[in-house]
Amino acid sequence: MSVATTARRASSWMAASPVAQRAGSIALFLAVWQLVAEVVHSRLLPSAGAVFVVLAQECVDGPLLFHLGITLARVAAAFVVAMIIGTAIGIVMGRSRTIDALFDSWLVLLLNLPALVIIVLAYVWFGLTEAAAIGAVAVNKIPNTAVTLREGARALDRNYSDMAASFHVGRWRMLRHVVMPQLYPYVFAAARSGLALVWKIVLIVELLGRSNGVGFEIQLYFQQFDVTRILAYSIAFMVVIQLLEWAIFQPLERRASAWRQ
Amino acid sequence: MKPALVAEVREKRYARGRGAKSHLALAGLSLEVAAGEFVALVGPSGCGKTTFLNIVAGLDRDFAGEMRLAPRPDGQPARVGYVFQEPRLLPWRTVYENIALVLPPQRADAVVKDTLSAVGLPQAQDLYPRQLSVGMSRRVAIARAFAIEPDLLLMDEPFVSLDHDAVEQLRDLLLRLWHARPTTVLFVTHDIREALMLADRLVLLSGTPGHVVADVPVSLARNRRHSAEIERLRDEVLRRHRELIGAAAATPVE
Repeated sequence: MSVATTARRASSWMAASPVAQRAGSIALFLAVWQLVAEVVHSRLLPSAGAVFVVLAQECVDGPLLFHLGITLARVAAAFVVAMIIGTAIGIVMGRSRTIDALFDSWLVLLLNLPALVIIVLAYVWFGLTEAAAIGAVAVNKIPNTAVTLREGARALDRNYSDMAASFHVGRWRMLRHVVMPQLYPYVFAAARSGLALVWKIVLIVELLGRSNGVGFEIQLYFQQFDVTRILAYSIAFMVVIQLLEWAIFQPLERRASAWRQ
Repeated sequence: MKPALVAEVREKRYARGRGAKSHLALAGLSLEVAAGEFVALVGPSGCGKTTFLNIVAGLDRDFAGEMRLAPRPDGQPARVGYVFQEPRLLPWRTVYENIALVLPPQRADAVVKDTLSAVGLPQAQDLYPRQLSVGMSRRVAIARAFAIEPDLLLMDEPFVSLDHDAVEQLRDLLLRLWHARPTTVLFVTHDIREALMLADRLVLLSGTPGHVVADVPVSLARNRRHSAEIERLRDEVLRRHRELIGAAAATPVE
């Protein structure tokens, strides 16, 4: 194959629609996986096909959907709690120098506290409860959200709040129409990285102290060295999270930035 | 009649960071404005005009002195409409929403439509600010200030960086609105011609620290303010107040 043909092929690949590119990329990954699994031929590396067969079976007859539902509920709860508290802390710290100076080190401390330590302490102090599990996940995400939103709060344009203040716009309206629209890009940044972080930590929380959910199931199959089911559960969960991103986050973000178009 | 505004700023300083000496922006600036009066504050740039307006608007309370606005007849605090140097429209809200923001919700709809028609933009309500021309944005900012039926209208060089025709149109618009909806106006400008065209009285400010150096009533009837008369008055003002030469030099002859 000549250099020119290769270049032309590469450029026609670049010219494909983004969706087609993504689908092609995923297909390539699955093909490589399938190939490697067939070459290695080990129980510890099931082929892509085998994993998807098990995934389908688990969805139809197995408890996969039940556990997936439980885990998603925990992700949602921890995510919402972390976003609300983190945003509030971030805004307050971004607006008040005194409070920022007072608590900045706490934030740094919390940012550097390993997730595992927070989880273990939460279970030790508050017992193996649902609240401790969700709280531990939220506490992992809160400092991250707070730092992002603090940046946003610091970048707020004084001109707009002065305008609103001179017209005696009330607190609630000020927050909704003047402050929040300036913070949305930061909220979305925090939400995206938050979702990615929260769902991973939820699995650990489930593994350590819950008796259901995807994390619990993975621990079970880990003890049986059932890699096929471990992968089936992970893939199901990854797909759901990606769908959330496409179906909820991206449309919301488009709506919030519609005025820029 | 009680004045609409009594301001007595003995001293206004800006901190300049740790250790540095603070900057004295205003010193001994006192001003009384009668209800319904159109007063132009004229002075060189950097003399603290905007600082003073922010004090009057209640945005800046960190000064030594007194600032009193006469309450409304029903005892409510005076309403202040502010037209800033830049339009300061929220870019993420439509023109309609930008004006509705400053109004009580139950009467917002009628008032927004009415005011937008009054400034000649009845079709613009669903546009976002970035879709407006500079002149249109200024009109919306003026509409927003008039929409609240202000007892005091503050205008901070609202017509800068517009071309000559646009400025003339906006001046006419302002005077038309002001005649239709009389209110007290405090209009900041460094342009003596503009001040003479619009105001009942010119208050001349000195350079830093800002204080009043002269109070010049404009006796010329509004229907007689043609360019020749304005030029004559301007020359007279400049002859009497040489300290304004700097300000005059900043405005090229149109």
